[in-house]
Amino acid sequence: MTPEAQEGNIFTSSLDFLVNWGRKNSLWPFPYGTACCAIEFMSTETARYDLSRIGSEYVRFTPRQSDVLLVAGTITYKQAPILKRIYEQMAEPRWVIAMGACACSGGFYDCYCTVPGIDHIIPVDVYIGGCPPRPESFFDAMFDLQKKVEDESYMKQRAERLKEQIEDIKRKSKECREDLVLRKNEACEMVSNTVRSKVNDVLDVFPFKKGR
Amino acid sequence: MVRQIKQKPMNWIERLYIFEAFRGLWTTLKHALRGLLRYETLPTVPYPEIKPEISRTYRAKHRLMLRPDGTPRCVACGMCATACPAHCIFLEAAPAEDGRIEKRVLRFDIDHLVCVFCGLCVEACPVDALRMDTCDTSYVFRKREDFVTPMYQLMSWDPKDYPQDDLQSQMAPGGTKNKQALDAWGLKVN
Repeated sequence: MTPEAQEGNIFTSSLDFLVNWGRKNSLWPFPYGTACCAIEFMSTETARYDLSRIGSEYVRFTPRQSDVLLVAGTITYKQAPILKRIYEQMAEPRWVIAMGACACSGGFYDCYCTVPGIDHIIPVDVYIGGCPPRPESFFDAMFDLQKKVEDESYMKQRAERLKEQIEDIKRKSKECREDLVLRKNEACEMVSNTVRSKVNDVLDVFPFKKGR
Repeated sequence: MVRQIKQKPMNWIERLYIFEAFRGLWTTLKHALRGLLRYETLPTVPYPEIKPEISRTYRAKHRLMLRPDGTPRCVACGMCATACPAHCIFLEAAPAEDGRIEKRVLRFDIDHLVCVFCGLCVEACPVDALRMDTCDTSYVFRKREDFVTPMYQLMSWDPKDYPQDDLQSQMAPGGTKNKQALDAWGLKVN
């Protein structure tokens, strides 16, 4: 736990502990497998290296229901916008594991079409080296990610998020007010212009009044 | 030849299907109890508790071999960096002071994030200064910079962890047939 969370009162710190305990023991992965590292991930899912042991029970093939984006394999520049879009489709909180040399750094593909590391596109939490990494390394990465999830403070993030939202609302209301004032002035001007022109028209039609 | 198989008719207990459902659940329960009580008989490897056995020939993390005086055996020829398909070895050479060898290595970094563990650097090394037999296969960090392994980390291995009967891994002047140099070091070739 972070020192900020420990300094907080009993309710928030224990709520942090509870939320993080729930989150770290149900990290459902979304396998974004494009190359041979995905085969190694399949072997991690099998009965021998049972990934369900640490709570990653289901592999969800939809970004809406998963917590961990697992990028396993070479990401080309053609693939990059798809990866970015899938990352953006995931609901927060979300974490990213880059698996294998290609996803982490491009590996030996030093060429025109390969992204030199997916951290150029999306933020990465844990990197796994190796070509491909063994299932044990993948387990190490999951334990590392669990530690990272444990260290996060839910209440602090929530407070930050609320602050951002309030600032956003304030800024927008200010903009709206300015806009309203501007429109009111415009409308007044328009009305007065119309009235003036009408009066002029009337005066044109009845010239006898002009002579007075 | 066609073999006719007669299907056994179900008796009335089986036809109720309720007891059959519980028979299926009993199989599930047996496996659950086996996982609780006799964990070691399961096919699943309990990884963090039991580490896998990795043989010496597995291409794992690199190590730099040493001379008896503790300096690296590397002569900074740059063959490993040339052979590397991923360009993950960075080395700098400097003139050696002791006069027995031409060059010594100043900086020898391996980026284990880019490395693809092909073993070509080990094949290319003329003096057997680089090996990949540390059995260390797990590389997990949160930053990309942490993967760059400097020379002192590659050199800090314990000789007790490696087979004692392998003379090459314990003896200094790797691969050279220069008898004068061996005499200068006070060593004999077996």
